[in-house]
Amino acid sequence: MKMENRQPIIRVRNLVKKFGDFVANDNLSFDVQRGEIFGFLGANGAGKTTAIRILCGLSKPTSGEISVAGFDVYHQTDSIKRNIGYMSQKFSLYEDLTVYENIRFYGGIYGMTFREIKTRAVALIEKLGLTRYRDTLIGSLPLGWKQKLAFSVAIFHQPKIVFLDEPTSGVDPVTRRQFWGLIYEAAHNGITVFVTTHYMDEAEYCDRVSIMVDGRIAALDTPAQLIRTYGTANINDVFIKLARNPGLIPAEVQI
Amino acid sequence: MRTILFLLQKEFLQIFRNRMMLPIIFVLPLVQLIILVNAATMEMKNLKIFIVDQDLSVTSRQLVDRFAASPFFRISSRSFSLDEAGEAMERGKTDIILHIPANFEKDLVRENRAEVQFLFNAINGTVAGIGYGYAASITGSYNREIIAKWYQIPKGVIAQQSIEVRPSFWYNPELNYKVFMVPAVLAILVTIIGAFLSGLNIMREKELGTIEQINVTPIRKHQFIIGKLVPFLIIALVELGFGLTIGKILFDIPINGSLFVLFVTAAIYLMTILGLGLLVSTLARTLQQAIFISFFFMIVFMMMSGLFTSVETMPNWAQNINIINPIAYFMKLVRTILLKGSGFRDIYHDIIALVIYGIAMLSLATWRYRKTV
Repeated sequence: MKMENRQPIIRVRNLVKKFGDFVANDNLSFDVQRGEIFGFLGANGAGKTTAIRILCGLSKPTSGEISVAGFDVYHQTDSIKRNIGYMSQKFSLYEDLTVYENIRFYGGIYGMTFREIKTRAVALIEKLGLTRYRDTLIGSLPLGWKQKLAFSVAIFHQPKIVFLDEPTSGVDPVTRRQFWGLIYEAAHNGITVFVTTHYMDEAEYCDRVSIMVDGRIAALDTPAQLIRTYGTANINDVFIKLARNPGLIPAEVQI
Repeated sequence: MRTILFLLQKEFLQIFRNRMMLPIIFVLPLVQLIILVNAATMEMKNLKIFIVDQDLSVTSRQLVDRFAASPFFRISSRSFSLDEAGEAMERGKTDIILHIPANFEKDLVRENRAEVQFLFNAINGTVAGIGYGYAASITGSYNREIIAKWYQIPKGVIAQQSIEVRPSFWYNPELNYKVFMVPAVLAILVTIIGAFLSGLNIMREKELGTIEQINVTPIRKHQFIIGKLVPFLIIALVELGFGLTIGKILFDIPINGSLFVLFVTAAIYLMTILGLGLLVSTLARTLQQAIFISFFFMIVFMMMSGLFTSVETMPNWAQNINIINPIAYFMKLVRTILLKGSGFRDIYHDIIALVIYGIAMLSLATWRYRKTV
């Protein structure tokens, strides 16, 4: 039992993804442990979204060994999909469905029973303070609420892992803080959180972060350790230091 | 199965929440039936004829009277000058010129033969051809009458001697063009609803990015396709029922076949056309691409389907293309079921073809739909 818990829930070895000549992910290797909040940092175009899409089974890698929740990304994408939640960069709940209808739909297609959907949806809507808006079309809600709802829908079926692709972009600081409250709660309930962001301050909320520069992992450690290693005041400076001095990037990052 | 139910529930909620939907379902068929059926007529009535009677004899006047009395012709003008008539033709004021030369009657009496001349504006070949047919038949029958009268042959003898053609028009005894057009417009309606709405629906999900959220769920490909297929199949069938009712009320079209046969046929056809629409939307990357591709196929298939021009008069190669034209099958089937009262036993050949076509299209669409890019 103990041994199994030590198994990483996401295991990536030598992941390469090419689009023609362009190498979006250049030989990525890392592990994510169960229950961890794992941050994937990088500038726009660093290859974060490409990597997250591969891990979710939305895109096939060019090469590399990747397993998610114990399943292989080449052949077992359906099993992976049953065990993960995903929130994409683009808001993708149905704007022409109400809050409740969206929750019911996603609960339903993940195979939850009607009773389960009903009781948990009521609890969720109440927790988010949306009781009054239960039957409001999502399209008419403010962005911050939508993002919180999208996250809650992504973990509604209690997946093992939830992938969040820049979940807080375009959201005000107060809502961002609330959003991270939801992420902590999910992690507390045993859901592994894999989150990409380009807000460096958010990195400090993560258990471990990997910093991506030009399709490669430039550094991977706990935020505190990264700050110590690079002798900077915060993660933001670590990132700038790495981005400006490619020489600092080790050939092989210790996992 | 449960997954499909949740998908269907979602689709129906979205479809009926779309404010454009009800007008599309109820106004579109009304407008199409009323405009297309009344406008797209092949019957030639009121062809404008310019009379140049340079004889002004009893015989020539009688001939002209025949044209005046015919419902197919309307005398637009008269003159003695052929030039004037030619000018009228050039200005598009007339379709046909009837030229009766001077001495028409005299020649007829003396030499037992005389000539009249018809000039047709053949810019529209069909009008010219059909006009010629009518004109020749009016002139011919007048000719027979003259022979009978002048030779004092008792009435009826000539008729008995010559071969008389007495047509009997089956399935549309009054040759009412509307009876021919209403089923065709119904077929087009069902096609538009089927092919466009289903395809556009998937494109919308692609453009909004919601399809990506679907693609990370364990929904199976066939479940997704069925979820998109069934709602539009049902809507198209409702549309057919509504259109049929309108056709019955407004145009009193005959419904000789069984409605059961008609709707089963329509459902089978819809599998094909919806499959085609879904296939296009799985291939297209943007809405524009999808619309353009659908439009291209729609126009070609519709024009070749026998909507206005009959398939039987098309060249052989064109008829062979129609083997892969789903609209041509349905066009023919709707007409034979409604007008001829055909049952499954008469049309099973085409039905089987459509079933095979439908299965092929839906399988292709399912296969082409990628949850992974």
